[in-house]
Formats: sequence, C-alpha cells, structure tokens
Amino acid sequence: MKITLEDTTSSAIASRLVRLREEGGAVALGRVLTLLVQAHPDDVESAVHATNAASREHPCRVIVVATDDSTEAAPDGLDAEIRVGADAGASEVIVLRPRGGAATELDSLVTPLLLPDTPIVAWWPGSPPEVPSRDPLGSIAQRRITDALSCTDPIGRLTLLADGYAPGDTDLAWARATLWRGLLASALDDASHGRVRSVTIAGNLDHPSISLIGGWLADALECEIHFEAIEGAEAMVRIVLGREDGETVFERPVGSTILHITEPSGISHRVSLPLRSVEDSLIEDLRRLDEDVVYGEVLTHALPLALRELAKVTP
Amino acid sequence: MTSTPVPANPLRRSDDRRLPRIAGPSGLVIFGVTGDLSRKKLLPAIYDLANRGLLPPGFGLTGFARRDWNAEHFAQVTKEAVMEHARTPFRERVWRQLAEGIRFVQGEFDDDAAFDELARTVEGLDAERGTGGNHAFYLSVPPSAFPLVCRQLARSGLSRSEPGAWRRVVIEKPFGHDLASALELQKVVESVFPGDSVFRIDHYLGKETVQNLLALRFANQMFEPVWNANNVDHVQITMAEDIGIGSRAGYYDGIGSARDVIQNHLLQLLALTAMEEPVSFDAASLRAEKEKVLSAITLPKNLDLHTSRGQYTAGWQGGEKVVGYLEEQGISPDSVTDTFAAVRLDIDTRRWAGVPFYLRTGKRLGRRVTEIAVVFKRAPHLPFALADTQELGQNALVIRVQPDEGVSVQFGAKVPGTQMEVRDVTMDFGYGHAFTENSPEAYERLILDVLLGDPPLFPHSKEVELSWRVLDPILQHWESSGRPDPYRPGTWGPDSAHDMMARDGRAWRRP
Repeated sequence: MKITLEDTTSSAIASRLVRLREEGGAVALGRVLTLLVQAHPDDVESAVHATNAASREHPCRVIVVATDDSTEAAPDGLDAEIRVGADAGASEVIVLRPRGGAATELDSLVTPLLLPDTPIVAWWPGSPPEVPSRDPLGSIAQRRITDALSCTDPIGRLTLLADGYAPGDTDLAWARATLWRGLLASALDDASHGRVRSVTIAGNLDHPSISLIGGWLADALECEIHFEAIEGAEAMVRIVLGREDGETVFERPVGSTILHITEPSGISHRVSLPLRSVEDSLIEDLRRLDEDVVYGEVLTHALPLALRELAKVTP
Repeated sequence: MTSTPVPANPLRRSDDRRLPRIAGPSGLVIFGVTGDLSRKKLLPAIYDLANRGLLPPGFGLTGFARRDWNAEHFAQVTKEAVMEHARTPFRERVWRQLAEGIRFVQGEFDDDAAFDELARTVEGLDAERGTGGNHAFYLSVPPSAFPLVCRQLARSGLSRSEPGAWRRVVIEKPFGHDLASALELQKVVESVFPGDSVFRIDHYLGKETVQNLLALRFANQMFEPVWNANNVDHVQITMAEDIGIGSRAGYYDGIGSARDVIQNHLLQLLALTAMEEPVSFDAASLRAEKEKVLSAITLPKNLDLHTSRGQYTAGWQGGEKVVGYLEEQGISPDSVTDTFAAVRLDIDTRRWAGVPFYLRTGKRLGRRVTEIAVVFKRAPHLPFALADTQELGQNALVIRVQPDEGVSVQFGAKVPGTQMEVRDVTMDFGYGHAFTENSPEAYERLILDVLLGDPPLFPHSKEVELSWRVLDPILQHWESSGRPDPYRPGTWGPDSAHDMMARDGRAWRRP
C-alpha cells in the first residue's frame, strides 16, 4: 500500500504511521533499526528495492531522503510517501522529498520519524558526502554505509573515505570482497604448503574491492603484491598465492560465475561465485552495527600499500 | 591429537567477524542414506551449507546403503531430496559443484568387502578432491547396528586418523534405552573413536531459539535476578506433537515417549533453563554446568502421584478420524508403550529449592508445540480490591522453541475504563516476524559444527548417563504398575496428568 502526502510535515507523517498501525494491527513489531537512505530522486526505486530485500533479514524502518542539486532552489515544502505491506518488504518505507528550506537541515527533518531507542544506519547508494560522519544524516547514525563502486571515480573515492574515516563507516566494496576473503582464508587454513611469499591480483583495477583485498593481503601476509589489468573484466578475475611449494590459484574467467581453485598439489575445485548484488552486500553490512575494525585498518593503513602497487600498473 | 603446532593463519583474526566459518577440507560419510532423516534433513542441510558457501570447495559426500545404486543414482536421489526439502533456492551451479564430490558404496554392515571399498573411496576423495584425510561418519542407522558399524570402521582402518587429520563419528538418539544399554553403547563407540570425536546429535540444541535461551539468560540483566526460587513458582517444559506414530511403529513400540523425548530433549532444555552461568561458552564449561544441574535432579517420593503416562485412543482429531495407538499398524494390541509422559522433577540447589519442573511430552496432543514456560509467583501483596484482580493470573515468561519461535511475557495490565481492573496481557517477541528467512536449520548448524570440530552444542556421554539416572527409576516404576492411562486424541493428555498438577495446586498451561 502506498500513501502519498503532499505539502506535509514530519510529525504529520509520524501520526499517520501510528494510525496505520492501529488500523492494521501491530505491523511494526520487532523492528531492529532505522535505515536512512539519501539518494538522487532517480535512484529512489532501486534503493527501495534493495532495502526491501534487506528488510527480510533486518526488519527496519526505511527513510529515503530524495535530494539532488536542484532541491534547495525549489519552493519550500515537503512531499512524502508511506509504503507498507507488499510495497515495503518486511519494513515500512517513508520517502521524503523535501524542497527549498525543508531540505537544508536533514537531521531535524528525519528526527520525528526515527524509531525510539534503536540503532540508526545511514546508506548512500550513490555519491556519498566527503566525510560521512560529519554529514547531517551521517552524524546521527551509528553506522554509515557508502558504495564507492557506484561513484564515478571509485578508487579516488576510497582515498577520500580513508581520509575522512570514522569508526562505524563501511563501504559495500568491503562486503563484496567477503566471499573471496573467506575462500582465501580457508586456503591458508591448510598450513602444509608453507607461507605465502607473493600475491598477484588480476582483474578490473578500477573495482574498489580489488584494492581493498590487495591491501588486506599485502598487510596480513607481509609479502609482495602485484596487480595486472585485464581487458573487459567486470571485477576480480584471478588471485595467485605464491607459496613455498607451489601456487594456489583462484580464477574466475571474465563473464563466468564459476571460480576455479587450483591447489599446489594440482587438485582443482570449482565454486559457484557470482558477483554479489547490492542487496546481499547490504544485508551483510547490516548484520553488525558496531565498528568494523578490520575494514578501518585496511582502509586507512593497508590501502596505501595496494595503491602504490596499483600506480605502477595504471597510468 | 597432532603434536606439531600448526602456525596461525595470518588471514584469520578474531575481530574479523565478516569472515564466514568455512569448514576445512573434509568429507562426510552417511550410513543409512536411504532413510527419511537423510532425505528430509541431512542431504538438504548439506546443500544449504554449500549454497551459503560454508562447505570447503572440495567437499566429499559418500552414501553407504544396502540399496543397489551407483554414484549417479545416489546423486539423483540427493538432488530430488534437495529440490524438495532444501531451505535455500536451488542453484544448478552450486549443485554441480557439490555433485562432483558425491560417491556411493553399496553393501551390508557385515560385509567386509564393502567397508574395504568404502576405505578406498574415502582415500580416493583425499586424492581427487583434497579432503585431506578428514572424514566424519554419520550413523543414521538404528542403535542396534552401531556396534557392527563401529567394528567395521575400526577393522577397515577408517576410524584411525593420520597426524594432522581427524576422523569423527556422529550418532543420533536414542542413546540407549536405559542406563545399562547407554553405557554399553558408549563403550562400543568410544572403543573405536576417542570421546571428543563422538558427536551426539540432539537437533533441539541446534535450534536458534534454544541458543537464544542462553542469550536471554546470560546476555541480559533483567531476567537473571528473578531466575530463582525467590521469584519463580514453577517451570513447565512441553513438547507436544499432534501426529501419531505414523510408520515408526518398529522404532517406537517398546521405547515410548519418555525415552524418546524426555531423556534427551526435555532434560537438555531443563538443564539449559536451570543451569548456573557457565564461566565461558566453550564446550567444557557449558557441559560442566549442565552436568551439575542434571546431577542435582531429584525424583518425587511417590512416583504414582507425580508422574503420568498415557496412550492415545481412537477418535476424531481436528476433523479427521484417527486410530488409537493399539490399532496402529505393527503395534501389539496389548502394548503398554507410553505415547504421553509427564513427570515432576525437583532440583536440589539453592537456586531451585522448592521449585518443581514439570516435563510433559506426547503424541496426538492438542497441537504441535515445544515451549519452556517459567511461571512466576504471585505478587506477595496486591493493593487492589479483590474483585479488581480476579482475572489476573501469574506472570510468565514463555520461550517458544517451535513453531512461531519467540519469547512472550505475560503480565497484568489495567483494562481501559473508569474502573480499576487488572487483566493478563501478553508482550511478544517473534523471531518469525522476519528473521527466519535466513536463519539456518538446526541440522545445518550441527553438521557444520561437526566439520569444524566445535562441540558445545552436542551432549556429552556424561550428560546422557545422568539423564538415564533420572529416568530409569521412573521407567522401572511404570513397568511394574499396569497400563498407561488412555486419552482422547487432540486433548492434552490423560486425566492423571492434570491430577498430578492439581495435587500441587497448579495447572498445565494451554500452550
């Protein structure tokens, strides 16, 4: 169900939500967080699609604030839309379209709509503020989720995020790396092949997950790391771990969703490893609402190691 | 077991909580793979684990059964089982990856050649799939076959682990049918596998809600202070099924509900509800607390007054005509097997002195439900007129294990209006409202724990022994005292069950 409210206020929206609950029964039971989404008006539908999927695991209230460059110049006012039931997954979605002055102080705009005493997460599906933790919405959130991949210069964006990092920040590029990281870590559970002496990573070098994985490996394994660009690749294609008694090779050919793992012994496995969707990455990121220490260290400390090597490959 | 220290994996650190717990290189051999449990639970759970990316890339799955199949047949049967029963969506790619590691060995348990073949198959998996000599053997077979299978595993060398590799065995309830047989079974299994390589599956302990019981009690401040004899009046633990014994006559007759459910599930739930706080959540500390509380259980002085057993009769249940236990196929018309059992147990500790724990289980009861209800004492003084609080019951905290997993709290609230009137209301927390979609099935969690060698959720042999010490005297008493009381299907058990509560001035909750 969608309810459109024109020229309204946040408190009018809040009372409408209470009334909806009284009419429809306790639909807001067990909500665990408020998810604030700041998106370009054109991106609202895709963002809601992702939060609906995420709400199946994390029942939440979603507040989408739709703004773009023209918003503040428009005549003052606030339009809103409430979505519940089938249009909102296991959540309730409030889309706010502030204009003019109403769009200037976003924290006080959303405050009446926040769920009491539950964590707040901010997500920017598109281009995030330079320092997320100092943004009006970012500053009231415990967790701030950015998505460097959706920015025009993903690697440059990662550097900006590193400079402005505050505990509680994460980027979806890190969640996209989790399955690779899991497989890499389990390959090293078998210590009989000796320590890793070198790492080679090949793929689309503009993909932010590649630099994060590169930095993570270089830092944790304390070894050399090399990058190799692969024409037409969408994301990661190959990681080679050079070990004392041979190589462990992880390869997902361009266009394939199957990862081939070849161990030093010559035994080879196939693992299904499709590109991770925004929904899956968001679900993973919402699982923990405290600081991701490892991400923080990789972003601020290990990423420069990777970028130095990357600079040798890309002009 | 291995003497050379394994260097730590530089890519793993305890604060990296995103990294999934992927099992290391390993394989699983299932005996009795054609059975119901295998088809409905084990095989789908293995696929779900693969689908979630938690199995090692070169996982090996070997079926062993009498059926004249080859690996392709078995793979086909597994695929059908997965498509029908798996919780995660079927993906051909994941399936193909799993199917590459599927093997099948045909044979009887007394057939030496078949076990030699199995040993070769397992070695083959090490060579072709890199399972690294790590194998778990899942005994999904009747306990009577355990000694034979264990002997064969020892004879063929399958139970012996190489340095740096492991061999584990997984067994399902019933762990014996009384204390003597349980000890005998334990001796057989532990003569072949060392104690810490034996994993006893009690699938209730793999359920999220049961693990949540520990979180509820020990991660919160508001429950533990009232979790004692000062505030709790009594505790009721119920596991009810609305179905009859179905096709399990062979297994069920002579076993009955007390052995089938109270000895393992209900006493485990009791232990988790009543135990003291463990010093940590590793297996040894958790077991230590469970063993303490199980060893402190005392039985009622007069077993006639505070136990009850029943047998369902024929009748109409929920619009369906059902047969009585004695008319079920394969049941002797003079069987005295209990299909309902209820007992009162006391726990002799400072925390629980004077707080009875009532346990009941049965088939063909009102509805399918498992719950733990902690019922509190009445407020010592009510500053209201008697009429105002007439409808007020006792406060209760109910942990619903299944279905509709969650926790509810019952307390009094004022009825809106100009008069002061207090009535019971329920505050409800439901897992099912949205969390269930991604929560793993109990078997998934338990199989993964076996492969990871993580034992906290598995009952130890000592706990099994202590549980039988509780139940044995009750079973012996029943054997010498006539027939179980009949009860109509779809009700909450025989009159004797209600009488035993009434004697204490209490009544069963209607779950």
